[in-house]
Amino acid sequence: MSDEVLRLEGIGKTFNQGTALEARVLQDINLRLGRGELTALIGPSGSGKSTLLNLIGLLDVPTAGELYLQGRPTRSSDDATRTRMRNESLGFVFQFHHLISAFSVLENVLMPLIIRSGRPSAEAVELARSLLQEVGLERLADKRPTEISGGQQQRVAIARALVTRPPLLLADEPTGNLDSRTAASVFDLFRRINEQFGCSILVVTHDPRLAASCPRTIELVDGRIVSDGASIPMPP
Amino acid sequence: MSIRPLLSSAWTEWLIALRFLLDNRMQTLLILFGITVGSAVIVFITAIITGLQSNVVDRTLGTQAHIRVLPLDEFNRLAPLPAGTLSLLRESPRAQRLRSISNWQDVVTLLDQHPRLTAVSPVVSGPALALSGVARASVALIGMDPLRYERIIPISEDLLAGRFRVGAGHAVIGSELARDLGLNTGDKLRLDGGEGREAVVDVAGIFELGVRELDARYVYLDLKQAQTLLALPGGVTVIDTRVDEIFAADELARRIERLTGLRGESWMETNGQLLNALRSQSMTTQMIRLFVGISVAFGIASVLAVSVVQRTREIGILRAMGSPRGQILRVFLLQGGLLGLLGSGIGGAVGWLLVQVFNIFGPGLFQVTVEPGLIPAAMLIACLAGVLAAAVPARRAAHYDPAVAIRYV
Repeated sequence: MSDEVLRLEGIGKTFNQGTALEARVLQDINLRLGRGELTALIGPSGSGKSTLLNLIGLLDVPTAGELYLQGRPTRSSDDATRTRMRNESLGFVFQFHHLISAFSVLENVLMPLIIRSGRPSAEAVELARSLLQEVGLERLADKRPTEISGGQQQRVAIARALVTRPPLLLADEPTGNLDSRTAASVFDLFRRINEQFGCSILVVTHDPRLAASCPRTIELVDGRIVSDGASIPMPP
Repeated sequence: MSIRPLLSSAWTEWLIALRFLLDNRMQTLLILFGITVGSAVIVFITAIITGLQSNVVDRTLGTQAHIRVLPLDEFNRLAPLPAGTLSLLRESPRAQRLRSISNWQDVVTLLDQHPRLTAVSPVVSGPALALSGVARASVALIGMDPLRYERIIPISEDLLAGRFRVGAGHAVIGSELARDLGLNTGDKLRLDGGEGREAVVDVAGIFELGVRELDARYVYLDLKQAQTLLALPGGVTVIDTRVDEIFAADELARRIERLTGLRGESWMETNGQLLNALRSQSMTTQMIRLFVGISVAFGIASVLAVSVVQRTREIGILRAMGSPRGQILRVFLLQGGLLGLLGSGIGGAVGWLLVQVFNIFGPGLFQVTVEPGLIPAAMLIACLAGVLAAAVPARRAAHYDPAVAIRYV
């Protein structure tokens, strides 16, 4: 049980419930993610991938089922608790990197720790620098996000997601906005982090080649899981 | 909840608020400029109007007592009617003869002990004729004790010639009267109180209060001599007083009435017009301040509203990374407060400079001083107004749904 990071039991999500605009986006999702798993979540547009990721990221609340994060049920938690759990247990990487332009690269990496406990300690700064080194950007630590390239911004976002050492890292189309070479190197980074830090990673992606390089792939179609298993390697 | 998490959260909020302000440099500068202009106007106009009003009040009160204590008017006493009868009356009001306040020494002793009266001066005053050669003028005789009276109206400061000396057959007269009668210091003046009461006095000094009516009519005498001329031996007709807070004069007059059973007449009653003008002016100033304040507050609110929209995604990501709603709220409230504080600080300094410029290059009718509390008070109010103005945008930011905000383009 201790190896389980995330468990979804009968998760459903319906928007505008009880109105004419009712839309059932997810139905009966059952899913377990173990510690250190690197998983791709694929599916066509509108299949509910982003909604599922929002639910797992505690940014939204399911209308059915229960979601356990590190064994703790979350559905009936209040906003403050969910906010704290996001800070402590989750790391986010988004398609549009979302660095905060008013802060330097290093400060952006430190931001989850700053939010949690104010002025960062020397060890925190050290950790952030080592993470920047890990993603190959230590010399850009004092630059502004607007002064670096898109691929570099995404690497900073990954370092930021890792700074709290979260057991689960969520990435929503992290390479969707990058050219294919940069995308491949960012994805390599995910794999390396997965091995090195042992954190579970759930990646939503459109790119079948990237999905193929993940040990596990979950396919979502029309709000249901249609396949969950080892990836089939792409033919070269 | 212990203090540590609060402090660390406050540190984070300050950091983010300051960075957001610095990051939007142009916006911040523009709104700071607006707040600066607004608060400079408020500080300047407040200082000018306060200066002007205190100048006018000083000039008015420089020539009169704050409260005059007078005997009650005489009235007709009606005999009680037998029960069940109706009477139709035609009453002619009594003529108010000149008469003394009874037991005025006791009243003066009583008023001397009153903590809010800074000066008390018994005065006997009444009409007389002044004659010099063939010229004659009707005057008001004022008999008083110079030591006490000078604390009500400092005549010595307004002397054109001679000294303020009234004992032993001396009198001090106004400049207009001196000109009408062709008198100089040392000249003789005959005073006629009517019914054969006459005296010849030496002109010891000539004053000019700057109020024509007073300069043409006042003749200052020693108490005893005036009492003799006015046929009120040992009596005084009015007790002049000064109070510690001039706008409390009305209320104090009522208290003195209850205390003494006499009539208290405050300067505020006798200068109704002036007071009315001052009040309208104060109200106009208040309105100007209020509306300038409101437009500044709306400026802050709109700049922050734009900033909240511009930063929607960043707010979403902060929320996703675990920033609580309260933290986002306070980040924007702080920005409002900081803008208000900083803008009004600069504005206060500019307002102060404008006042100095006015003093040096203005019409020079009066000196304006900026009260020491004015600028800090303006800054405090602006800071609070800034926080208040930020409330709506800050609430909006705090209630963004992070899942939606992150995808905001």
